[in-house]
Amino acid sequence: MSENVDTSRAPRRIGKPASRFSRLFESKQLGWGAFVVAIVFPFILATPYAMNIGTTAVIFILLASGLNIVVGYCGLLDLGYIAFMAVGAYTSGIVSKAWDLPILFTIPAVLVMCILAGLIIGGPTLRLRSDYLAIVTLGFGEIIRLTANNLSITGGPSGIYGIPGIELFGLKLSDSVPFYYFCVVVVSLLVLGSARLGKSRLGRAWRFVREDEDAAEAMGIHTYKVKLAAYIFGAMWGGLGGMLFAAHLSAISPQSFVFLQSALVLMAVVLGGMGNTRGVVVGAVAISLLPEFLRDMGNLRYVIFGVVLVAVMVLRPQGFWPSRAFEVERTDGESENADPGPGDSVSPAKGGTL
Amino acid sequence: MTQLIWNGLFVGSFYALIALGYSMVYGIIKLLNFAHGDIYMVGAFIGFAVLSSVGVIPASMSITALLIVLLLTMIITGGIGVGIEYLAYRPLRNSPRLAVLITAVGASFTLEYGVSAIAGPNPKVFPVRLEGESFDFLGARISAPQIVLMVIAVVLMLSLNSYIQRTSMGRAMRAIALDPKGALLMGVNVNKIITWTFFIGSALAGAAGVMAGAYYGKIDFLMGFIIGLKAFTAAVIGGIGNIKGAMLGGLLLGLLEAFGSQWLGGQWRDVFTFGVLIAFLTLKPTGLLGERVTERV
Amino acid sequence: MSPLLEVNELQIAFGGVKAVNGLTFSADAGEIVSVIGPNGAGKTSAFNCITGFYKPVSGTVLVDGQDITGKRPAAIAATGVTRTFQNLRLFPDLTVLDNVRGGMHLYGGQNFVDALFHTPRYRKSEAYYTDEAHRWLDFVGYRGGRGIPVRNLAYGQQRQVEMARAMARKAKLVLLDEPGAGLNHSEKRELLQLCRKIRDLGAAVVLIEHDMSVVMEVSERVVVMNFGKEIADGTPDEVKKNPQVIEAYLGKADEPAADEAKDAAGRAENPDGGKL
Repeated sequence: MSENVDTSRAPRRIGKPASRFSRLFESKQLGWGAFVVAIVFPFILATPYAMNIGTTAVIFILLASGLNIVVGYCGLLDLGYIAFMAVGAYTSGIVSKAWDLPILFTIPAVLVMCILAGLIIGGPTLRLRSDYLAIVTLGFGEIIRLTANNLSITGGPSGIYGIPGIELFGLKLSDSVPFYYFCVVVVSLLVLGSARLGKSRLGRAWRFVREDEDAAEAMGIHTYKVKLAAYIFGAMWGGLGGMLFAAHLSAISPQSFVFLQSALVLMAVVLGGMGNTRGVVVGAVAISLLPEFLRDMGNLRYVIFGVVLVAVMVLRPQGFWPSRAFEVERTDGESENADPGPGDSVSPAKGGTL
Repeated sequence: MTQLIWNGLFVGSFYALIALGYSMVYGIIKLLNFAHGDIYMVGAFIGFAVLSSVGVIPASMSITALLIVLLLTMIITGGIGVGIEYLAYRPLRNSPRLAVLITAVGASFTLEYGVSAIAGPNPKVFPVRLEGESFDFLGARISAPQIVLMVIAVVLMLSLNSYIQRTSMGRAMRAIALDPKGALLMGVNVNKIITWTFFIGSALAGAAGVMAGAYYGKIDFLMGFIIGLKAFTAAVIGGIGNIKGAMLGGLLLGLLEAFGSQWLGGQWRDVFTFGVLIAFLTLKPTGLLGERVTERV
Repeated sequence: MSPLLEVNELQIAFGGVKAVNGLTFSADAGEIVSVIGPNGAGKTSAFNCITGFYKPVSGTVLVDGQDITGKRPAAIAATGVTRTFQNLRLFPDLTVLDNVRGGMHLYGGQNFVDALFHTPRYRKSEAYYTDEAHRWLDFVGYRGGRGIPVRNLAYGQQRQVEMARAMARKAKLVLLDEPGAGLNHSEKRELLQLCRKIRDLGAAVVLIEHDMSVVMEVSERVVVMNFGKEIADGTPDEVKKNPQVIEAYLGKADEPAADEAKDAAGRAENPDGGKL
């Protein structure tokens, strides 16, 4: 590592013991609370406009939780994340129209294409230094968009339209309210999934890589594979988001996948609190709803976003709701005398991929 | 064939001007200044604002006017670059790289949408258009404005090169690039040098912006995004952090792009360029003139 | 029986400068070997090469008879090598327990499917990770908080956590790069005990150390390096009397290294006394 990596440990205030107030925010029931809010929302406001905004916000949460895997857990800056969403949206659009399939049947194709895209983008670039990676992903984002713009199979600049809505057990969910509920359920599961990944062996490996790649290698973590895994999971989440997006709008075009969108998803992750699922969800809701409230301001709202992004990084780099490294101390009796040895018999089977 | 080479070199000299700023900043503080491409855009808009406020300029005066505007713009964009460094990057000098990169994205966003909020989101027509006869040279059509712009670009690059090689300020810059801590210990005022570096780099990008506006005649607030990426590509090709490399990389990228779009079709030009970027980073991340750095564990 | 670690004619170069130039030494299981030498002798470079962070120009490294030369660090770790770093390389924003879990990555028992569905296997392996992390922290004698980020710990405690993380790898070969640097006297005493405990687990312990009192007291064998090559290899007493070693350390009287070496030699005579 070069010199300035070694010195790059800014004092961050994430180690403070949690106050009673903030412990409330760490509670396990919070996820259920958010889920209930999302379920109740249509009973309060079910205008087509509100449903449209709500569905968009829910899909945006999915994108943010996917990018959180890459940026928040693994510390890899991806500036072209929207490309994965584009891959998912185009794959589901093309496949469902070409074979006249219900859109849910395109999920395997979407996942396969996203894994491929993750491998193609991550494969050559994840060996690079982190800042090169950022700009290369930016380039890849543009490549995907321009390719969609240039090819005829993707419909060129006008894109694909007439994509079928969701159909489940013969039940058409194309109405705005049922479709919203469908998105809420799917996205909740995927958000839960990304949170669970974060708390697993693989998730810890991601954090080790983020914190100190060399030390992680020295502990036997194949950092390249681990980073690639983060990329692939991020790609799958993004691709599924793209599929929902295609089903929601029934039309997609390259204009939906510009850099601005990547930057907005990144903002949701950064402002919410990198690595903390709850923060990211809140950040995503804020970023997707704020432009609706600030519609009169035109492009000035994006100026505000930019300034806020800089200000957050300078003043509170851990985001508004940071992930807090904290675990309960040991509760059971101490086991001082049990010195484990190298050939310990209690060790579960060695290995397990990832 | 000669036409392609000429076009490539011409566009390449723009890339080189912007790549210089990228490379200088990276060489000194190892920061990818995403906002750099947007400084180019801001330069074009400042040029536009100044020229529009002056009113009609007779065609015979257009080059003189352009030079004055160029100088003025360079000073202003230089100042903006310094301001960004001071407000956004300096407080994060010792932060994790991720935080700095995200800040750079925020700065870029602020510039882009700030300009669009002030000047409006629609493209603007540049008030001065360089016009002049074109002539044939070895089968390539070369126009007088192209020659003028090319000369300006070359003069700027050569003076930068001698500045860095000959002056004490330039020596200090090279010293920081080699070893920031050592330079600090030897009494180099690191902050001052970094400020200067941002000033010079941003001034060059601003100059490129005015020149591009005057040549192409049309400017918009997102024009810096793609060109920033391309300038970065040029800097990588030459070996990022290397001044001569950035110039070489810019020209080379211009040529590659000219031939690439001839070969694949104009709509694939940018795809081809970014493909080149990825190929270079994968196969030869140190670039053509960059030195191999052994990473210390 | 062949030695656990065999380094043969190792050469590492940085742009023409040979940092390590034909180093040969070995270490047996259940043995503590110290590598000493003046600054710039290539000790840390050799460690980085054994653990895969630098690629050697020539020469071989064998662990347990297995050639690991030039493999990537993770692959070398998987063959049973663990290490600490000269300047602490912890995961600063993660908790103490998570840091130690880092050493257990290869002892999995769960994959991402288990994690997504919280299968019994997932619960079992998480419980295992936590128990083991506590046990290794006990092993190194760590007494601080365990659920807090390591960046909040005192330096000596951070050293202990790094040690616990390295030990959690359950490796046959333990490489410690200046484990005593920055520790106070009583902490160093504990470190000596810990090194012996690790050896008694049956591992080979190779340490780089500048503090001669530590080296002379704890090592079974000492390898002295100078200019990238071993110049002596033997018991502490043999090495102390070796004329080449004395020359390397004392050298010409006006060399700056000489003072340090005199200090070191002084301390060696007086293991408990040296002011630390």
